[in-house]
Amino acid sequence: MNVAVHTPYTVPAAFMDALQVTILVLVAAGAAAVVLVRRPVHQVLVLSGYGLLLAVLFLAFQAPDVTVSELAVGAVALPIVLLLTLAKVRKREE
Amino acid sequence: MTPALRRWVFLAAAAGLACFYLWGMLGLPGFGNYPGPYGFVILHLGVRQTLATGIVSAVNFDYRGLDTLGEEFILFTAAAGAGVVLRHLRGERQRPAVDEAAGRDAPPTSGAVRMAALACTGPVVVMGWWLTSHAQTSPSGGFQGGVVLATAFILIYLSGEFLVLRRLSPVALTEAVEAAGAGGFAAIGVAAVAMGLAYLTNYLPKGQVAGAVSSSGTIAAISFFVGLEVAAAFILVVGELLEQTLLIRRGG
Repeated sequence: MNVAVHTPYTVPAAFMDALQVTILVLVAAGAAAVVLVRRPVHQVLVLSGYGLLLAVLFLAFQAPDVTVSELAVGAVALPIVLLLTLAKVRKREE
Repeated sequence: MTPALRRWVFLAAAAGLACFYLWGMLGLPGFGNYPGPYGFVILHLGVRQTLATGIVSAVNFDYRGLDTLGEEFILFTAAAGAGVVLRHLRGERQRPAVDEAAGRDAPPTSGAVRMAALACTGPVVVMGWWLTSHAQTSPSGGFQGGVVLATAFILIYLSGEFLVLRRLSPVALTEAVEAAGAGGFAAIGVAAVAMGLAYLTNYLPKGQVAGAVSSSGTIAAISFFVGLEVAAAFILVVGELLEQTLLIRRGG
């Protein structure tokens, strides 16, 4: 298949394959980690790291636009909203 | 239902799910093999038709602009819903938060965190603003830019105080910006109808050079309005939650 835009640099296909497989395995492990962590505050931090991994995944699959969204939403905005909710809920329990 | 019967029902359902799941997986196209025609057509014609080298933005704000308008109003409605659920109820009195567990060891925000957040704020604002206002090139887009802009306000909260954040983003102003963003997108579409064109037709001059700042017509304008809407919506939701957490409310 012809590529629409010719980039001034090239990366060996084998290197990209290795990168993509590695990041896919890491994302699968990260997803399992999010589910397996039991304490909510720790879980939010692991979720933020998982968002970071997903952003790298999208970058490795040549989707920089989605990378930026995932960085802002998955790694920052969603954990912040969850942390604030946890703080509110914990305050009520005390 | 006895536990044994329940286990059998579960096993039957799980087996059925596994069969259909495998069947569906086997019918998927191979990894990296895109079967449909639309992607190839867009890649072939997109830059020539819209003069935007940011094809993702061209698709979002032109080819399927109506879908994006719907998505934007989903976010608008969600932010409004969060505001309604978390609103100041009648009989609720507000008082500033004081540490209720006074014996607890709660360290103050460290200087390192404040400095790091402060140092990141400027670059994050520039990046968010660039993404929002440069939809003609790639990577770009109002949604991404808006979310990045909103994280700048979260950084301001981390580096300072909640009250500083409130002074920089008063609720009334943020709500007005959100409404202007959502309304601006819809108005660009209505303007096309007023000119006798289809809704959301790209009627602005598209310039000469693909990817230049002056190119892509309404794509850049719509992206700008989407950025305003998304940033304001996120700031509103996070602000509501901060208010819930930091200003304690009690039923009177």
